[in-house]
Amino acid sequence: MRIADLAARTRRQLSAWLLAMALAPAAFAAGVDPDLLAALAGDDSQARLEAVARLGQQAEPAAADVLEALNEDRLYATADGRVLIDTGGGGARDAASGQELAAMPGDASSVTINNRLRRAIGAALAGSRLFSPDPAVRLAAAQRLSGGADAALLPTLEKALADERHPAVRQALQVAAAKLQLQSDDPQVRRRAAQLLGETRDAAFRPVLAAMLAQDGQGAYAEPDAGVREAAQAALRAIDRHLATIEWSGNLFYGISLGSVLLLAALGLAITFGLMGVINMAHGELLMIGAYATYVVQGLFRAWAPAWLDWYVIAALPVAFVATALVGMALERTVIRWLYGRPLETLLATWGISLILMQAVRSLFGAQNVEVSNPAWMSGGLSVLGGGLVLTYNRLAIIVFALLVVFFVWLLLNHTRLGLFVRAITQNRRMADCVGVPTGRVDMLAFGLGSGIAGLAGVALSQLGNVGPDLGRGYLVDSFMVVVLGGVGQLAGTVVAALGLGGVNKFLEPYAGAVMAKIAILVLIVLFVQKRPQGLFAPRGRSVE
Amino acid sequence: MNRRLVLKQLTAATLLAASGWMPQAMAAEDTIKVGILHSLSGTMAISETSLKDVALMTIEEINASGGVMGKKLEPVVVDPASNWPLFAEKARQLISQDKVAVVFGCWTSVSRKSVLPVFKELNGLLFYPVQYEGEELEKNVFYTGAAPNQQAIPAVEYLMSEDGGGAKRFVLLGTDYVYPRTTNKILRAFLHSKGVKDEDIQEVYTPFGHSDYQTIVANIKKFATGGRTAVVSTINGDSNVPFYKELGNAGLKATDVPVVAFSVGEEELRGVDTKPLVGHLAAWNYFQSIKNPVNTAFIDKWKAYAKAKGLPNADTVVTNDPMEATYIGIHMWKQAVEQAKTTDVDKVIEAVGGQSFESPSGFTVTMDKTNHHLHKPVYIGEIRADGQFNVVWKTKGPIRAQPWSPFIPGNEGKQDL
Repeated sequence: MRIADLAARTRRQLSAWLLAMALAPAAFAAGVDPDLLAALAGDDSQARLEAVARLGQQAEPAAADVLEALNEDRLYATADGRVLIDTGGGGARDAASGQELAAMPGDASSVTINNRLRRAIGAALAGSRLFSPDPAVRLAAAQRLSGGADAALLPTLEKALADERHPAVRQALQVAAAKLQLQSDDPQVRRRAAQLLGETRDAAFRPVLAAMLAQDGQGAYAEPDAGVREAAQAALRAIDRHLATIEWSGNLFYGISLGSVLLLAALGLAITFGLMGVINMAHGELLMIGAYATYVVQGLFRAWAPAWLDWYVIAALPVAFVATALVGMALERTVIRWLYGRPLETLLATWGISLILMQAVRSLFGAQNVEVSNPAWMSGGLSVLGGGLVLTYNRLAIIVFALLVVFFVWLLLNHTRLGLFVRAITQNRRMADCVGVPTGRVDMLAFGLGSGIAGLAGVALSQLGNVGPDLGRGYLVDSFMVVVLGGVGQLAGTVVAALGLGGVNKFLEPYAGAVMAKIAILVLIVLFVQKRPQGLFAPRGRSVE
Repeated sequence: MNRRLVLKQLTAATLLAASGWMPQAMAAEDTIKVGILHSLSGTMAISETSLKDVALMTIEEINASGGVMGKKLEPVVVDPASNWPLFAEKARQLISQDKVAVVFGCWTSVSRKSVLPVFKELNGLLFYPVQYEGEELEKNVFYTGAAPNQQAIPAVEYLMSEDGGGAKRFVLLGTDYVYPRTTNKILRAFLHSKGVKDEDIQEVYTPFGHSDYQTIVANIKKFATGGRTAVVSTINGDSNVPFYKELGNAGLKATDVPVVAFSVGEEELRGVDTKPLVGHLAAWNYFQSIKNPVNTAFIDKWKAYAKAKGLPNADTVVTNDPMEATYIGIHMWKQAVEQAKTTDVDKVIEAVGGQSFESPSGFTVTMDKTNHHLHKPVYIGEIRADGQFNVVWKTKGPIRAQPWSPFIPGNEGKQDL
């Protein structure tokens, strides 16, 4: 007999046997059938899938425990065939006997799973989770089942529905049941189900509804009943209308979000370039230093205050501000001060500085990107419009943060002595000097302020993308674009330009693609600056002197 | 202390520091010079720096075991700074000025294309260690990375299989340059041959350094409502981080829409928070998590080397596919030189074909006699929470490279190469 035949026969025997075991009354009160566990820890993916399905059908909590552990990579198998659950803190429990062990044996290796098993586990657990005491767990399970449940689960769903009091869970259960009821023999039930699916306006149901309206070669519809077809048609229309709303509001949110990122990146430059007239090519590297400061603070929190790790981003803000402000002030004092009024030399010198800063970071932290993780409260997103649109928390936080920073800068420039001096020097340096404004010191502080704000932006950027020595390069051109478009020397211009660019980009992208959208934006800016070289808002500053 | 003295001291200190990068000058008589051409600054430094270090480690290892034909190897490290024309210039310098016997280097296809004319003109020898799009075969180059049929095609086959999720619709997402464009052209033809229609394939490109993936992720989500969808990502190097972050935050899980990436390995995942990525896939010819004695020795050697040389973040270093390919390349060249008993380029080229080497991937890999590519095994791995990969699928043994993909029209006559 060939090996393949043998394997197939063993598998058949195994599945028949597994079935018999599952139907047998629960003989193992404390634990789980060891043979199911052996199949689970084995190599045959078909047998593993069956074992997962069988475990899902068992009512005992121990079976669900095993599946949960498997799903979370906490299931271990030893060389002598025992299957253990990692109970945390170094302890373990034998899944078959329920016996507690003080420590995980050294030879235990993790039972690995792939996406197919992960899906199977989710489906297997969903049935039992429908009866969990926690409404959130029930809701997740019901939503999972609406994605595609086995027709065999319909009685379970109906049973859960009868007991369910929580409105959100009830609705999710009804939807999950409706999807299965589309296959019902009763046209009345099918019609009601189609209507219900249409009311959810969830695009995930579009394919099943569209399939009902499909015609075969003879022109016969897949759905025989005209009334049901009409209901499906109406449901499809509702879903499509909803999709259009989602798309439009999605673009709006993405535009504002991209705009707020551009705004943050450009705000520091709006001060150093806009108000002071320094073409600062090292601006991107100041962003990078801010991001690396975040990384360092995260490392310190991990080492010294792991309990507060989620709030490291807040602590990183002042650190990044001070660090980049100091670097900026040092640059101003040592290099830029000697080059005021010589834009070409400033450009070359700051370009050189940007290379030096990048290589310095490379030598200090290595050329590889470093890991900056989102704190828990910035991970995930807020589902709106019936789950059609996810507003991610990190982007929401950055929009709010950008507004706060703009407010802070506005306050500083318009309501403090330093701001007054900066504006005075911008308008007329000589006159300000004559009336006793310490122009040298104010220049240094203003440059420090611009750099510090770049540092704050670096903290925000570290939450979106990668943190590496090249982080700043990508934002330099965008920042200059925003400041030039907004009008040099204008805070309001910067805000309008950043949000405008973000919005235009995001509304163009779905039609033109990311590459063409970027090119189109550049062309638009070139045309705009031809027509209006002073930018959106007319400048009042050194540039008119 | 006057300013000039300070300046002098600074210069001296800088020079001293710089000389640390350079190989120590040895007596030229009894050494063989080998060139290492990897970017140590600029955008590609993130990927290429570790290849330079692995090459130096391998050379040290060979020297410790007696060198090649009794002579020590002398590495000549140059930095082409992620600047493509500079690659050609540095290659010329290595061959005609430093008179190196062989060059190990390049990462991006464009840098390889830039040095090709130099190697042809001066009859140099290049070992190229990175997976690429194929459509090339040069006498002076040996390719130790994967051709498309050794990475991209098996990965898509896996996605279509039941274990991979049985994907029916595909988003081909890449950075806009030659490698993703060519790979996607091959994949589209391959998908057609499997009966996937054009409306079920979506090709999306982003500019280099793209960091705002909101629209693209929303688009993938919408596309996925039409049936089981998988994403094939040829996004370059570090643009992957914002993409995966957006994907995770938007709630698209690997169980719903798996993403298989061809440029994401252990090294790239070091800079990422891997929690939201668990279950996404990568296809390579080697993973650090592969268990065999050769690989264990390779990893230990690399870790010890990183510690001894004080490389940045030495306690968290990882190995990856191009590093393994570099390691194989240097050893194959050594074997070929010993077989040819000379470093003469033409004789070595003849000897490299047919060399085999027991590689950390767990198989003995062989250099093809005619097409200058390695016969390599293919692995597909799922990302684990610790930034390593679980191998979920692998080929039974090494497979032969097809540098001229049969899925591109006009290549029919080149299949025997």
